[in-house]
Amino acid sequence: MTVEALKEHGFSPVTLPEPEREITGVYIGDLLSWVMGRANSGDAWITIMSNINVLAVAALADTACIIAAEGVEITEDIAKSATKKGINILSFSGSAYDAAVLLYELL
Amino acid sequence: MKYYYDLHLHSCLSPCGDDEATPDSIAGMGELNGLDIMALTDHNTAKNCPAFFKAAKRHGIIPLGGMELTTAEDIHMVCLFDILDNAMAFSEYIESRIIPIKNRTDIFGNQLICDDEDNIIGTEENLLLNATTVSLDEAPELVKSFGGVCFPAHIDRQANGILAVLGAFPEKPYFPVCEVHDSEKTHEYAEGYQKRIVSSSDAHYLWDIREKDMFFELDSERENAAEAVISYLRGEV
Repeated sequence: MTVEALKEHGFSPVTLPEPEREITGVYIGDLLSWVMGRANSGDAWITIMSNINVLAVAALADTACIIAAEGVEITEDIAKSATKKGINILSFSGSAYDAAVLLYELL
Repeated sequence: MKYYYDLHLHSCLSPCGDDEATPDSIAGMGELNGLDIMALTDHNTAKNCPAFFKAAKRHGIIPLGGMELTTAEDIHMVCLFDILDNAMAFSEYIESRIIPIKNRTDIFGNQLICDDEDNIIGTEENLLLNATTVSLDEAPELVKSFGGVCFPAHIDRQANGILAVLGAFPEKPYFPVCEVHDSEKTHEYAEGYQKRIVSSSDAHYLWDIREKDMFFELDSERENAAEAVISYLRGEV
């Protein structure tokens, strides 16, 4: 499914500069030094980390989108920078587990 | 003038700190080891700093106060103040930014507040180990607004080190100074990241307090040395 289609399922877009990006898997992690070596290209990456370095990690791992779980705040600075870098971000009010269960059913 | 230092020390107020590591004992051990400047940096609190400042002066140690702050991202930051009142004001503020979870002493250990003669005068009820709501982004300006300085702790460690948590240094905020735990790596990190690197013990037990090896070369007399260290750690001099 595409990143944009997540909008129909309780994920709120923060910025979607590449809405047609296909989601092919899921990765969950907050320790960025781990995530950068383990997330796969095309993954929807679920995290509660909201430091701007998530953008660099998402770019490096070529994830389809970042899903900011637990409703963590993504600042305007980060959203703007993500738009520029072509990185999709969606917000999700539930836990990482809830998001993963939902994605499991959708993919 | 050379000032031998250890700027990252835990007392019996840190849950993971040994109950024997009272402020007076820490200062006494520093004196035995030949240190000049020591900083007491318990997790998320400075409540043992009043005792430490008194004890340190008695032991001929130049004291700095502050804490090891856990940011919202679970990154440890050493926050230091040359003036005790500023450290205490910062500590009081941080108390309002702690996520209140009761300490379980059977799991995490005691959190003892002492006077300068090893008497226990209180305990801290909320767990001091966990993350505060202070983000890494806001930490440097916040600490500065209270008259201190902060820098990332043990960046060579997986647990709670900025590089492990964030994968790399973020563009902002810029940290001119960082701490490494393994003092043999100071040159490697200084060259690799083009930063000023300090190395302290992060001692949780008295015997882990540093020997006389890491030092600052400061142009200051003893009475101004604490202030000079803060300037140095801010990258001002």
